[in-house]
Amino acid sequence: MKIIVCISHVPDTTSKINFVEGNTKFDRNGVQFVINPNDEFGLTRAMWFKEKQGASVDVINVGLSDTESTLRKALAIGADKAIRIDMSPENGFNVAKQLANYIKNENYDLVIAGRESIDYNGGMVPGMIAGLNNANFINNCISLDIDGTAATAIREIDGGKETIESSTPLVIGAQKGLVEESDLRIPNMRGIMMARKKQLEVIPAIDASNQTDSIEFEKPKPKGEVTLVSSENLDELINLLHNEAKVI
Amino acid sequence: MAILVYTESEKGKFKKIAFELASYARAIADENNTTVTAVCINAEDPIELQNYGVNKILNISNQELKSFNAISYSQSLLQAAENEKSNIIIISSSADSKYLAPLLAVKHNAGYISNASELPSSYNPLTVKRTAFTNKAFEITKVNTENVLISLAKNSYTINEVKTDTSLQDFSVNISPNDTNVKSIDKATNKVTIADADTVVSAGRGLKGPENWGMIEELAEVLGAATACSKPVSDLGI
Repeated sequence: MKIIVCISHVPDTTSKINFVEGNTKFDRNGVQFVINPNDEFGLTRAMWFKEKQGASVDVINVGLSDTESTLRKALAIGADKAIRIDMSPENGFNVAKQLANYIKNENYDLVIAGRESIDYNGGMVPGMIAGLNNANFINNCISLDIDGTAATAIREIDGGKETIESSTPLVIGAQKGLVEESDLRIPNMRGIMMARKKQLEVIPAIDASNQTDSIEFEKPKPKGEVTLVSSENLDELINLLHNEAKVI
Repeated sequence: MAILVYTESEKGKFKKIAFELASYARAIADENNTTVTAVCINAEDPIELQNYGVNKILNISNQELKSFNAISYSQSLLQAAENEKSNIIIISSSADSKYLAPLLAVKHNAGYISNASELPSSYNPLTVKRTAFTNKAFEITKVNTENVLISLAKNSYTINEVKTDTSLQDFSVNISPNDTNVKSIDKATNKVTIADADTVVSAGRGLKGPENWGMIEELAEVLGAATACSKPVSDLGI
């Protein structure tokens, strides 16, 4: 089985979110970048396919040279080969177009991409890859088994989950549940040393337009104060729920 | 050029989000001096949408669409958009709609804006605010394509009841077979989902442990509310 995992290079979840240049650009100053968590769940599941079913696992990213540290981390975790498409990723459709173009020429059985990146939260790249390449697609995937060309997956839906049968070639939108956070792997020294010798191929981007553009960013207004009610004062709690929140 | 809105239903009943989306589409239509066409799939009482500013309903009754299938549903919406010559399509941020959205965007050659939180601030080009950075920021985005697909973030727009003269039209769609099929659904039927809830009871780490979570469930049940929790509580598996 030939697998490729799409890796987004995103600010760490604890990063302060600020903007510069008249609020038109994300302020990268002092920000640590990591593998997008939804992609990391997918990468770990791919490693299980590699270890239990002999799959090969490539990782791919659309980004400039500063994203190579993230790809090297994926290689240190155990991916076999990395590909970087040399382009600043500024639009989900354009990124999907770049990835779909590479993927369709390499005959992957399984394409794993996080259901969304935690920076722009577009939630479009895995579905657009599937749409552009006419591949099967399962989003919000929290379980996946593949036997030959047959795939059985569980998808998280609003208020529950559903079991889906499909087949390869398949694209999935990965998320927490596909593996648990406790299953995620921290690269060990041997993995880091081996990653230095693994191939990281840089290829040029193809021509593709941005279907949307960012104009500006805003930060939300500060949250209002929290009202704390003493556990001894239930009458006050009832009063607030009834007269202010109007929920009872 | 009608504004097309996908009004979701479950077991034949419209979800609350359907009326929110219809109201949002009505407001966009008013700003563009045009009409709203709603697409509903296997809804029991589609004419209910006449109370929310919808001018025309394309009613799809099709047993092949009994279970949600992203490819089949996106094909249906595409055919509806082509029938109505709609270049603005509005969908929700439900798991199903966000599943079908990128497939529809590719086939309709539409710029896709997910998690829109307000009405567009302009239409030439269409520009709208959306949430980003996991709700730590908003992004103002403009669309460069003629066709636009907007998914509205949950609870972003008020339901407005506007009684309208509405035409109801049965609409047939051609579904090409695909290789992805739902085998089973496991869903709590007696609980309000957060997507449909008017009230949410939420708790954080102040609860200390899972043994105290019962009071949140009980309060939610009494209020007819959904439950929610902070990310640390979710991560701890409480």
